[in-house]
Amino acid sequence: MTGAAMNVAVVQFPGSNCDQDAFQLFAGGLGLPTRYVWHKETRLGDAGLVVLPGGFAYGDYLRCGAIARFSPVMGAVREHAQRGGLVLGICNGFQILCEAGLLPGALIRNSSLEYRCMTCELAVMDAGAAFNPGALGARIRLPIGHGEGNFRIDGPGRAGLEARRQVLLRYCDNPNGSLDDIAGVRNEAGNVFGMMPHPDRAFERFHPSRDGLGVARAILASGFPEFARRIA
Amino acid sequence: MKIKVFVTPKRNVLDPQGVAVGHALESLGLRGLRATRVGKVVELDVDAADTPQLRAQLDALCRDLLSNPVIEDYRYEVAGP
Repeated sequence: MTGAAMNVAVVQFPGSNCDQDAFQLFAGGLGLPTRYVWHKETRLGDAGLVVLPGGFAYGDYLRCGAIARFSPVMGAVREHAQRGGLVLGICNGFQILCEAGLLPGALIRNSSLEYRCMTCELAVMDAGAAFNPGALGARIRLPIGHGEGNFRIDGPGRAGLEARRQVLLRYCDNPNGSLDDIAGVRNEAGNVFGMMPHPDRAFERFHPSRDGLGVARAILASGFPEFARRIA
Repeated sequence: MKIKVFVTPKRNVLDPQGVAVGHALESLGLRGLRATRVGKVVELDVDAADTPQLRAQLDALCRDLLSNPVIEDYRYEVAGP
């Protein structure tokens, strides 16, 4: 990827409520230049990583992420992704990326119909040179908090995800009925990432774990290999 | 012109809400219930004529916004002026 700097843009939609958590993960946790981008903006500047944070964009009306995907900023997010730029969607951000077609599949109501707020044990999948058990550890712990995290995809899509190693994380004890215990996926090219668990709630000493730092580093290292070397 | 758009979960997609509502219907005494699917209805009142162009536009809007083709089907009914 050329022309992009290693700085982070956190998109704010009306109804985002984890934007400050995501900001702190990258600004405080990793010490990277980080800024907010309001959803009405149509440019992302030289952002190396664009983060769509958790929350309830547009009140989750119609379907989670269905309206947010038509926000003005999403045109710039799509162009950024098509140029190979890094994108991370966390929770509601993951739902928005699926609705926008930047990630495969869809997220429906938890099979229990309950909102699940807990810390989950997750198995790290071998999903690329930077995102794998060697870089992150075989098992990590991250919090979840969602009512619609039940990942669904059709048969051919499911086979494609496995064949191309696009599954990032699987729940060790499935909290939401998600197909094949899938908690997070990447796109085929490997520059767009989405996950229901919150790395942005797992990096401070008072958080349930600090495993969010490794997840954030692995995603950055997917686009900036020198970042992996710098922190090695 | 009144348009009613019906959005329903695809047959082969799990519908947790439908399952839960089905259990409640059974507990209220409904016998022989085979399946319950919960969807939504979107009612539009549009100042336009029913033309193939409008139908093409409606189909695009249903695919892009009103339904998610990964998990849902849609159909609509158009009723006179």
